[in-house]
Amino acid sequence: MVNEQLSQPAINVSPQLAREPGRPISRNENANHDLSVRVRDLNLWYGHNQALKNINIDIYQKNVTALIGPSGCGKSTFLRCLNRMNDLIKSVRIEGLVEMDGRDVNESRMDEVALRRRVGMVFQKPNPFPKSIYENIAYAPRMHDLVSRRADQDELVERALRDAGLWNEVKDKLQEPGTSLSGGQQQRLCIARAIAVKPDVILMDEPTSALDPISTATIEDLMDKLKQQFTIVTVTHNMQQAARVADYTAFFHLGELIEYNDTRMMFSNPHTKKAEDYITGRYG
Amino acid sequence: MSQSFDEITAQLKRRHRKSARLKWLSMGALILAAAFLVVFITDMLIKGLPAFQQAQIKVEVSYSEQASEIPLAALEEDVRSLVSRGFLRLIPGRMEDNPQLLGTSPMQWVLADAQVDQYLKGHHSSLGASERATVERLAEQGRAELMFNTFFFTNGDSKLPEYAGIAAAALGTVLTMIVTMLASFPVGVMTAIYLEEFAPDNRLTQIIEININNLAAVPSILFGLLGLAIYINFFGVPRSSPLVGGLTLALGTLPVIIIATRTALRSVPDSIRQAAFAVGCSRWQVVKDHVLPLSLPGILTGSIIGLAQAMGETAPLIIVGMVAFIPDISASFTDAATVMPAQIFTWASEPDRAFVEKTAGGILVLLAVLITLNASAVWLRKKFERRW
Repeated sequence: MVNEQLSQPAINVSPQLAREPGRPISRNENANHDLSVRVRDLNLWYGHNQALKNINIDIYQKNVTALIGPSGCGKSTFLRCLNRMNDLIKSVRIEGLVEMDGRDVNESRMDEVALRRRVGMVFQKPNPFPKSIYENIAYAPRMHDLVSRRADQDELVERALRDAGLWNEVKDKLQEPGTSLSGGQQQRLCIARAIAVKPDVILMDEPTSALDPISTATIEDLMDKLKQQFTIVTVTHNMQQAARVADYTAFFHLGELIEYNDTRMMFSNPHTKKAEDYITGRYG
Repeated sequence: MSQSFDEITAQLKRRHRKSARLKWLSMGALILAAAFLVVFITDMLIKGLPAFQQAQIKVEVSYSEQASEIPLAALEEDVRSLVSRGFLRLIPGRMEDNPQLLGTSPMQWVLADAQVDQYLKGHHSSLGASERATVERLAEQGRAELMFNTFFFTNGDSKLPEYAGIAAAALGTVLTMIVTMLASFPVGVMTAIYLEEFAPDNRLTQIIEININNLAAVPSILFGLLGLAIYINFFGVPRSSPLVGGLTLALGTLPVIIIATRTALRSVPDSIRQAAFAVGCSRWQVVKDHVLPLSLPGILTGSIIGLAQAMGETAPLIIVGMVAFIPDISASFTDAATVMPAQIFTWASEPDRAFVEKTAGGILVLLAVLITLNASAVWLRKKFERRW
C-alpha cells in the first residue's frame, strides 16, 4: 500500500501499528512519541444524539496534532473532552477512557479545575478578559498560587507574553484593556494567558478562523515554537493549515475517527477513501 | 422583461405612504405622552410651590406673668385669631427656658394662622370681615408677608396646616428604604446568581422561576397582608415601624431585583465564562471575578429602580400601619413612623383646604427624591460600565 513516490524515508508505515487502536497509521520515527493523552473507546451523547463514536487515539507530547473534518463531525466536541469543558453542557453523557498521566480525567476523584490547570485552551473567537493586558495574564497564575511576590508576577507576565510573541507589541501598554488589541494580538494574548499557568497540553479550537491571513501566519509560527514546550491539539477547518503546522492529523467524520496519520502521509497518501475525498475537496 | 423604474416607483408610493403614516402615529403618541407629563408637572408646581412659602406676621408679644398662664394674653386682641395656635402653645415653655424674657414685649415675626396664609395667597379663607381688614392693614404696614417655609422641611405632621411638615415622613422613608435594601439586595442578587449560574435545569427550578416572574406582578397590597401575617403576627415586629414597613416592601422589591440581576448576568457573553473556566476557575471564581464585575451596572440600575418603586408604594404600608399621624421625628427602626407617599395620602384626605398645597408640596418633594434616585442609577451605570 505504500506508494513509492510519496513515501519518505523517515516515515514508517506499519500495518501492525495501524491495527493497534489509537496509533497513527504511519509514524515519523524522528518525532517524539511519549504519550500525552490516551483515549480509548470514547463515546459521547448530547441527549439521545451520539456525537462521538468509539474514539481511540494516542496524542503525543510536544507535537502538534490537528483535528480536521467537515462541520458537525465532532472534532470540537472531542477537543473539549480533553479538558472537560463538555461538563458545562447539561445534557452531555460521556463513556470511555481519556487518560492523562495515568489518570482517567473523567473519574470522580479528578477535579476539573486541576485538569484545566494542566490542559489549557484557546478559543475560536479571541476572548480576553475585560481587564488589562497584564491582568489577563496574571489572573490565573495568581489564582492557582503559582506566584505570590509582585516581582515574580511581573516576570511571569513578561515570560508568557514573550513566549506568545506579543511582548514587543504590548510592553508599553500593559495596563490597557486586553480588548484594545487587534484580533490577532488578542488571540496571542489568549495564548499567553493559557501558557502562563504552564500547562502540559494546549487545546486550540479553530484559533485562526476569525483572523486575517497575516495574523494567521503569526499564530501558526507561534504554534511551531510552542510545541517545543507544550503538547498542542488544534481543531482546524483549513487543511493547508493542518498540513503546515501539524505533526499528526486526525480526520473525523460523523462522530467517528476515520483516519489518524502522520500529517505528510495524510495529505500525500491518505489511507482511507473518506479522508482522501475530504482532503481532495470532494465534500466537506 | 423587467419593470422600469417608473413602474416600480408607482408601486412604492403606497408603501412609502404607509411608513410615513406609522411614523406620524408614533410621533403623535410621544407628543401626547409628553403633553400629559407637562400638564401634570405644571399643575403640581402651581399647586405645590406655594407650600414652600408660609405667611408670617409681625406682632408685639408681651411676655407677661399672665402670658405664661394664658398664652393668648401675650397678644393684642385684634391679632389673637391671626397667629398660629402652634406658636401660642410654645410661649409658656419658651418663658420657662428663658426667664429674662419676662416683662419684655418685643415686636417679632410669628407664624400666622393657616387662614391668614390662604387669604394672602388669594385662596378661599374662612376669615371674618374684621379679621380680613386687620390682615390688610398689617400687610400695608409690611407686617404680614409670605416667607420661606422652613417648618415644611423640619416638622413632622400636624393638625395645624401651617405647622405640618414632611421631615418625619422623609426620615421614615430613609429608614424604611435602608431596611428594604438590606433585606432585598443581598437575597435578590444571590438568588439570581444561583438560578442563573448554578441551578440545574429541572422541573423544580422552572417552577421557582415562573413563581418569581409572577411575584413581580402580584398586587402590592397582598405583600402588605403577608407582612402583617408573618412579620407582625408571627415574628412580633413592632407595628408601624420602619422595620416592618421595610421588610414588607422588600417582598415587592425582591422579584424586581432578581429579574434585573438575572438579565444583567445573562447579558455577560458566554465566551467570558468559557475563558474563565478554561484557565481553571471554579464556578464561584467565574462568577465573582468575571461575571459579577461585568453585570454590576445592570444589577445596580435594576436595584435602584426597584427601590424607587418601593419608595412610591403606599398600599402595603396601610396594612402594616405605616399610614399614621406621626408628629414626632424619630430616628429609630422600631418606633412608629410614616413614609412620604403615606404622608401625602394622609394630607390628601384632610378636609382643610390649606392641606391641598401641602399635598402638592409633598408630591414635589417625593418626585425630587425619585428623580435624584433615578439619576444616581444612571450615574452608577456610567461609572461602572467597562468600555472594553
